[in-house]
Amino acid sequence: MKIAVCLKRVPDTTTKIVIGSDGASIDETGVKFVPNPFDEFAIEAAIAVKEAAGSGETVVYSLGGDSAQETIRTALAMGIDRGVLLQGSGSPDGLEVAKALAGELKDQGFDLILFGKLAVDDYNYQVGPMTAELLGLPCITSLAHVTVADGKVEAEREIEGGMETSTCQLPAVLTCDKGLNTPRLPSLKGIMAAKKKPLEVKAVDLGAGTIEILGLELPPERSAGKIVGEGPDAVPELVNLLRNEAKVI
Amino acid sequence: MTNRFSGVDFYDMDSLLSEEERAVRDTVRTWVDENLMPVIADAYIKGEFPEALVPQMAELGFFGANLPERYGCAGLNNVAYGLIMQELERGDSGVRSFASVQGALVMYPIHQFGSDEQKDHWLPRLASGEDVGCFGLTEPDYGSNPAGLITTARQTGDGWVLNGTKMWITNGSRASVAIVWAKTGDITDASSVRGFIVPTNTPGFSARDQKGKLSLRASDTSELILEDVKVPASALLPKSSGVKSALMCLTQARYGIAWGGIGAAMACYDEALSYAQNRIMFDRPIAQTQLQQARLAEMLTEITKAQFMTLQLGRLKDRGTMTPFQVSLAKRNNVNMAAECAREARRLLGANGILAEYGAMRHMANLESVYTYEGTHDMHTLILGQAITGLNAF
Amino acid sequence: MSVILAVTEQRDGALRKVSFEVVTAARQLADALGATVDAVVFGAGEVSGADKLGNGGADRVLTANHPDFARYCPDGQAATLAELGAAATAVVLAASATGRDLAPRVAARLGVGCASDVVGLEVQDGRIIATRPVYAGKALQKLRLSGSPAVLTVRPNTFPPSDSSKAGTVEKVTVPSFNARVHVTGIKAPEGGALDVAEAPVVVSGGRGLKEPGNFALIEALAAALGNAAVGASRAVVDVGWRDHAAQVGQTGKTVSPSLYVAVGISGAIQHLAGMRTAKVIVAINKDKDAPIFKVADYGIVGDLFEVVPRLTEEIKKLRE
Repeated sequence: MKIAVCLKRVPDTTTKIVIGSDGASIDETGVKFVPNPFDEFAIEAAIAVKEAAGSGETVVYSLGGDSAQETIRTALAMGIDRGVLLQGSGSPDGLEVAKALAGELKDQGFDLILFGKLAVDDYNYQVGPMTAELLGLPCITSLAHVTVADGKVEAEREIEGGMETSTCQLPAVLTCDKGLNTPRLPSLKGIMAAKKKPLEVKAVDLGAGTIEILGLELPPERSAGKIVGEGPDAVPELVNLLRNEAKVI
Repeated sequence: MTNRFSGVDFYDMDSLLSEEERAVRDTVRTWVDENLMPVIADAYIKGEFPEALVPQMAELGFFGANLPERYGCAGLNNVAYGLIMQELERGDSGVRSFASVQGALVMYPIHQFGSDEQKDHWLPRLASGEDVGCFGLTEPDYGSNPAGLITTARQTGDGWVLNGTKMWITNGSRASVAIVWAKTGDITDASSVRGFIVPTNTPGFSARDQKGKLSLRASDTSELILEDVKVPASALLPKSSGVKSALMCLTQARYGIAWGGIGAAMACYDEALSYAQNRIMFDRPIAQTQLQQARLAEMLTEITKAQFMTLQLGRLKDRGTMTPFQVSLAKRNNVNMAAECAREARRLLGANGILAEYGAMRHMANLESVYTYEGTHDMHTLILGQAITGLNAF
Repeated sequence: MSVILAVTEQRDGALRKVSFEVVTAARQLADALGATVDAVVFGAGEVSGADKLGNGGADRVLTANHPDFARYCPDGQAATLAELGAAATAVVLAASATGRDLAPRVAARLGVGCASDVVGLEVQDGRIIATRPVYAGKALQKLRLSGSPAVLTVRPNTFPPSDSSKAGTVEKVTVPSFNARVHVTGIKAPEGGALDVAEAPVVVSGGRGLKEPGNFALIEALAAALGNAAVGASRAVVDVGWRDHAAQVGQTGKTVSPSLYVAVGISGAIQHLAGMRTAKVIVAINKDKDAPIFKVADYGIVGDLFEVVPRLTEEIKKLRE
């Protein structure tokens, strides 16, 4: 099985967001960058599928600056065989990112191309399915469960009020949701081995795209409301306020 | 899983670590958060070592991590090894003791003093956790003075017979193999001390846990009894020669413990800070009071000092120039300052600070053992005094 | 006259409520751009509720019928929308499970970008400006969409259906031929599966304060009394298996924007707040007066939830009678 994983370097989810001086991006001072947590499910899935198949190759791709090499090495430390850094800046237009990835992934004979369902910085939910369209491959997104066998994918994804089951043939693009698996921690031997695994760097140029960021701001603060009272005796007043003041019941 | 620990790094020590060192530290840190923290309070109260964690620790490569890859070890440098100990002790000193013993006191002597057969047989099994080891040096009447030990090893036709008692042995009751130090010559001759690899199921060998501990409760501390324990000639660690061989092992362990002290101190500081910011009294967080701010400032200062000193110690070790006296200085300082941080943190936590739900008092109690073992604080004081002045004041 | 496409969703032959929110958002854009709204309905046959789309603001209802459209059909529906959207000014979908899957495919086929999970829309100089949350809602991003068409998904519960009746004339459109690469084979409904937390107008969530999984019965009773309410959960109780991950509200769960969010026995960790801070009204019930949840709650009761919640359920029931 030849499997590709697309990985994004993102700010850690506990980061306190400070708007940068350009008013359109975050201030990166002191920010810890990590592999996108949703992409870790993809990395784990790739390693597991290759292990189950008994043989094959896993490759991690990341689009970013030099610092993304460290992110790629985390994937290598988890067990991915080799990495490719597409050196270039990202884009607010997911389609431009997808074009760069599709350009690399085309004609490489991948049986599976895996993504996380979204990146925890932009929350776009896009690049995976867009890449699939550009490659003309089937795509199932936000996988909660998956089985890959006999050239086929059987998948389950969460939808409102239930789980949607679907299937497609390989080769396919899949995007992974939380709970698909438990990503392994990079073992200490894995961390040492990662240094020796191949990591290719290639320059890419992204187009301008059709989406432009005009600004970034903090959401309006919710101010504290009132404590209506203590204990069950405060309930009638709460109900009164919800009905007559807030008008939500 | 509730809170993730994000370290204490006031002077950007991270920028002095290599990418691998940080990655190693992060793996252990995350593993501790996800697997050790949820079970440690309970394990400590019950007085049980959380043994289910051993296979996970082995799989990730925590045992003998600075030993070569050909034995199934991670082949890390000594700073990375230190960071492992730091993060384990941030979880619990007892669990870190398990790893210290396995790596520095069992795998290290086999690697340093063992034959090729011994290394090839034992090291992979200890790295994988298939075998658990213990280090039998300390005796009921010989702690600070290991040279005085009275366990004997008499040569026989085809091997040795060992007799004696060991005490305060971490992992003793759990171990499948013990590195036992015994005198092969005159009972007063410290140079006749040799090391022996003794499988604990050898007839005459028994171990039992010491009861009633108020410290290191999530760790096995045992007495070892050797009554005419017969071992083959191949049990001898051929390159071991004199009590100084045992002391070399202790230097390895003490190096890791210096890092461990930083970990415990960081845990206590982090917990105290978070508590102080959330605990409201007199209509403001207690973090807004002068006395608690003073506690936190003091803790952060001590942690920061220790971090840079210990990092340099690790670089010296990797360079090959580290001396045991340099280790003494770090172990002595870091454990003492950690014990103080733990106590101050416990006090800051108020009544909540006596509950096992919080780490401070557990760390405080543990650190009393760490202060005492691997060379008591006072012993390291005299080691340093002698190193500085050239004069023996023991 | 330029066209805004509003993509509806159906399940088991009935239009899903979120479809009307999509039409409302499309209507808003249409009015600002001087355009008309075409609501697209996919189905294998008759779709109930489609006749109400005119009342909801659709000038036309385009029905795209195909046997495969009884369920979600990514390739067929993407192909259809790519064809219809090529001449449109904008294509609007819901940021629902389906919409999030479909929108990027449509955008890629049309060679344009996509703005996901939009919570605010305006038009400046003839261009669509979309506001959307990023970093798990910790910041809001303003985007200018220059694609032709602009493709976007709108967050549920953010564009409440408003009164703007339009003709709603129904026309059939031809579904282009497509290569069905993905087959949706079915939907498994969970036990008691009902309202999704991300789409329900009211959400009642329980946390560790409930002490035992069985005590969620209190939350369910309150939700039932309030009506149209989904039961949510904090990460803590999902992690220990008391509730399904689908109910988790928070940074690593779902982001919800109901009219009313009731947090019971939830302390209000930042990660939880990230998931519900955009609710219109927040009520908190907790025994700890210093719990962070009270800092964002509009109304709070400090007390034992085992006494307060049953009383609240009782009072709500009285109100309904």
